[in-house]
Amino acid sequence: MAQTSIEKEDAIHPGKPVVVDRYNLGARTNHWITAISLILLALSGLAFFHPSLFFLTGLFGGGQSARALHPWIGVVLFFSFAGLFIRFWRANLPERADREWLVHAGDMIKGDEEKVPPVGRYNPIQKFNFWTMSILIIALILTGIAIWDQYFYDWTTIPQKRVAVLIHSLAAVALICIWIAHVYAAIWARGTLRAMTRGSVTGGWAWKHHRLWLKELAERHRVKKPAAPAE
Amino acid sequence: MEPSPHTATSNPPVTATNANLTERDLVRRSASTIPPPARQLEPVAKLIDVSKCIGCKACQSACIEWNDTHPAIETNTGIYENPHDLTPDMFTLMRFTEWDNPQTGNLEWLIRKDGCMHCEDPGCLKACPAPGAIVQYSNGIVDFVHENCIGCGYCIKGCPFNIPRISKVDHTAYKCTLCSDRVAVGQGPACAKACPTHAITFGTKDDMKKLADSRIEDLKSRGYENAGLYDPPGVGGTHVMYVLHHNDQPEIYAGLPKDPKVSPVVNAWKGMAKYVGFAAMGLAAAAGILHSALVSPNRVTREDEEKAEDLVKEKT
Repeated sequence: MAQTSIEKEDAIHPGKPVVVDRYNLGARTNHWITAISLILLALSGLAFFHPSLFFLTGLFGGGQSARALHPWIGVVLFFSFAGLFIRFWRANLPERADREWLVHAGDMIKGDEEKVPPVGRYNPIQKFNFWTMSILIIALILTGIAIWDQYFYDWTTIPQKRVAVLIHSLAAVALICIWIAHVYAAIWARGTLRAMTRGSVTGGWAWKHHRLWLKELAERHRVKKPAAPAE
Repeated sequence: MEPSPHTATSNPPVTATNANLTERDLVRRSASTIPPPARQLEPVAKLIDVSKCIGCKACQSACIEWNDTHPAIETNTGIYENPHDLTPDMFTLMRFTEWDNPQTGNLEWLIRKDGCMHCEDPGCLKACPAPGAIVQYSNGIVDFVHENCIGCGYCIKGCPFNIPRISKVDHTAYKCTLCSDRVAVGQGPACAKACPTHAITFGTKDDMKKLADSRIEDLKSRGYENAGLYDPPGVGGTHVMYVLHHNDQPEIYAGLPKDPKVSPVVNAWKGMAKYVGFAAMGLAAAAGILHSALVSPNRVTREDEEKAEDLVKEKT
């Protein structure tokens, strides 16, 4: 098991049930700024993607302001996601054991998680999600600058802008698909959302989904004061 | 049917005329589907005979005056072009090229009036995401409707001729309107009206083609064997056409494209990308719905909690 798969903020609070800190306030704030900008970008971007969705510009005060705001929200997303990247890239590095897990990815999807080998802080599908989002966001910011005519018109030629706008739209579609999977998985695996709201998960959640992470925390005596009794 | 103007030189009608370019004359409207137009107006065209142009820029002045634009006063950079490029305030521009004719050894001064070509198949309109920001009338005029424009610059990417310019003042796109406001009341474009050598003429597209034929015949008789009409089929023909003395190599006229087409990248972006995009997003959503219907939620059991409790107890 890699030594890198636990984060500084991760800690166990003994009790019934055990509570495990997973995301501190900084990580959660960082995540939700990213999430909100991603949703705003998807809404404004889809408005330019297809005429049938142009009405979405109404949410931003009309076509002109949607056009003006979209790239700035993109800048917010880029830096916000960069914060998440710095926080989590180590825990998302692929490991040899991931290959074995992927053989059982189908069992995971079928809901037979018992057949799946235990994993650390992130499972390979989560890692895939992380790296794909990272690559797509880099592609989106680069192609986005190439088509941000208000400030960067002279940076690219018109044929380059055409390619950039095509890549931008396809990368955005891919990112929306990944986002759908990400949100769905967080809801499907019950008990996950509280990691990004309260910052902690139950010991049982960690045992079931990220057993090696829990074991490593216990091993290294990353134990804090008992969790407050359940309300 | 209201009469279409047949020339730019005839004086405007003195009786009150109803504007003949209205919503009901639209054949295309950006990011919209519209019913077919109630009637078909006679297709019009502006013919620019490069061989007759003397480079006086009266057309530019007339354009500025009629459209009430105020191009910035720029500095002389050693060439005749002024301003340096098309701008949101300069819809037409004389482009000057000194060309060494390798066959004759003559230095030829090629002057081309650049501006919107009013394509029959307009790339700008195809690319535009804002409903009604770009329209095409049944007489062939492609016009920008500024109150619907969002300033995204997609028209720039769609245009095969590098024509539209976005204003830094109101963030909307500008280009030659073919003086749609004049044509609508039976007048020709301001540039054509002002041209002192009749290098710019305006009328029905048929008439302009006939006029071009006679000009080409004349040019050929004077040794310009490659003289011809520039009405590029790649964009369905244009409603601004050139008579070129060297029609075999339009690029020598300040980069006039030889075979302009809406870029395949733009076609992919406006066609395939949309279908693929909606299909992918729809499939992702459908997969989620299907999965939630077939696989029950992944719940943590009491047993899992106990295992964790035991583990923690054992280690502490």
